[in-house]
Amino acid sequence: MSWFSRVKAPLETGSKRAVPEGVFIKCEDCGEMLYSVDFDNVFRVCSKCGKHHVISAYRRIDLLIDEGTFAEKDQNLSSTDPLKFRDTMKYRDRLKSAERVSGMKEALVSGSGKMNGWEVEICVFEFGFLGGSMGSVVGEKITRGVERAIEKKCPVITVSCSGGARMQEGTYSLMQMAKTSAALSMLSEAGLPFISVLTHPTAGGVTASFVMLGDVIIAEPEALICFAGPRVIEQTLRQKLPEGFQRSEFLMEHGFLDAIVPRDELKRTITSLIRHMSAAIPEENRSNPRET
Amino acid sequence: MVNDKSFVKMFRMAASFLDFEKKIMELEKKLEELRAVSKGEEADFSSEIRKMHKKVNQLRLETYSNLNRWQKTQLARHPSRPYAFDYIDEMTADFVELHGDRRFGDGTSIIGGFATMDDQPVMIIGQQKGRDTKEKMYRNFGMAHPEGYRKSLRLMQLANKFRTPIITLLDTPGAYPGIGAEERGQAEAVARNLYEMACLSVPIVCVVIGEGGSGGALAMGVGNRVLMMEFAVYSVISPEGCAAILWKDQAKTVEAAEALSLTAQDLLAQGIIDEIVREPIGGAHRNPMRASHMLRRALRRNLKELTAMSPEELVAHRRDKFRKIGPYNE
Repeated sequence: MSWFSRVKAPLETGSKRAVPEGVFIKCEDCGEMLYSVDFDNVFRVCSKCGKHHVISAYRRIDLLIDEGTFAEKDQNLSSTDPLKFRDTMKYRDRLKSAERVSGMKEALVSGSGKMNGWEVEICVFEFGFLGGSMGSVVGEKITRGVERAIEKKCPVITVSCSGGARMQEGTYSLMQMAKTSAALSMLSEAGLPFISVLTHPTAGGVTASFVMLGDVIIAEPEALICFAGPRVIEQTLRQKLPEGFQRSEFLMEHGFLDAIVPRDELKRTITSLIRHMSAAIPEENRSNPRET
Repeated sequence: MVNDKSFVKMFRMAASFLDFEKKIMELEKKLEELRAVSKGEEADFSSEIRKMHKKVNQLRLETYSNLNRWQKTQLARHPSRPYAFDYIDEMTADFVELHGDRRFGDGTSIIGGFATMDDQPVMIIGQQKGRDTKEKMYRNFGMAHPEGYRKSLRLMQLANKFRTPIITLLDTPGAYPGIGAEERGQAEAVARNLYEMACLSVPIVCVVIGEGGSGGALAMGVGNRVLMMEFAVYSVISPEGCAAILWKDQAKTVEAAEALSLTAQDLLAQGIIDEIVREPIGGAHRNPMRASHMLRRALRRNLKELTAMSPEELVAHRRDKFRKIGPYNE
């Protein structure tokens, strides 16, 4: 009989203690247990390691837009399922269940509001709705946001969090890349700023269109930002990818970002940028200095 | 030599055929044999030959007018299908190829330069897949790196400067997904092309000649007119990729192709493209000269209509065209 064959019973670490669901949230990176009310108050940034977790579109608007000034637009736009798409599940049913889970009709919230007093048009992706994928509705909402900004002469802010183009709407989804990019070319001609904020994750056809066309491009720390996802590249090249590949810091190093800004400084940074790029913004859309 | 004039001969010799073409190929072979026999013999086989000929034609017609979406995708990727260089060779004179993005490299998956087509100066730019192994490697199988897209933009802006209409030929599995491509900003390169193409004030006609692979194709696809060859496809993702992601099963490629509605006929019905250019029966590779001729005629007509527009009208027209794409309920 071997001396080494006796198996030690694993220690009870206590990590599986029954905790009422939703009271604590475990940090995805460091595993720290975070009290969910506190966690939400700091917009889901881990107090221990600083990991920026995905937040909902409406929480993002709470973070960036002055309280009580947000007016949502186009919230009734919904997909027509133009291809009658069906994979293992009908696209129509996927939409319904996404609506049930997220409480939203589509993967993007758009509207107007004030940012430290400055009038802006803002478009925020909701990752909880089919991975924030861009189909016809998302493309249309962004385009309308840009058009409203041109009409009333104010900046456009987008906050992206998306897996890319929505496959279930086929080539229509692909064309939204051209549609949104063309709209931005008109915003530029009007001399109005476009600030593109990239959050974890931003990929595929969304990265390869309006996202990379910001006059200023900002990302949150350690966000995955890519054209082709790491899995696709690994499969193509059959090799492991280097640590930190396609993260914010990697993009910054390669010259594709203006700045990496932590969540709690985003609003202040964007406001400063708007002020610096405000030559074409009329008086009524500017911040009243006495208010800020 | 990559743009070999004898490509027509090469196609005839090419033994490669697709599954659903097998029966046709067998009959064609029999017909050839019968013809060979009848030459040497006194006996008259002419009525048999006529019958056989009729049968082959009938079978061709039946087969190619009833292809499913996956079969059309296979035709769009057919290894003998004419590529951008072949069309440029057939359709234009005095093509002067221009190289380089002036930033990093040449981007050899994309070719382009000034040429003359029907006495009209044009800038013609195409995505080139590569015919033999050596050229395939050199062209990276038609999957461009950022420098390819940046070169294409440079050439389009050059054309804009000299008021030269632009023709783009799209044929790629997609923009290359690799480490270098990501490091040099594949997403930015594609996005920049979409943006800048929306601003050019000369006529732009884009043609999907084979495989319109997602953003990699669209990066050169923002035109006043978008045409597709009859057996071309244009899609947000390849059927293989779609099957892997949505079905989590590579074997569901046929279903994915069906669901994606990616053929020229689908896209015309969806209002995404403007026109289908007919191909010879059996596909462009069965008669590349004729396919080139049909494409040239379509291009000439479209360019004639567009050159009547002012620079401002052209920009507004192109933006408006893409503005309207994408249905929604409100």
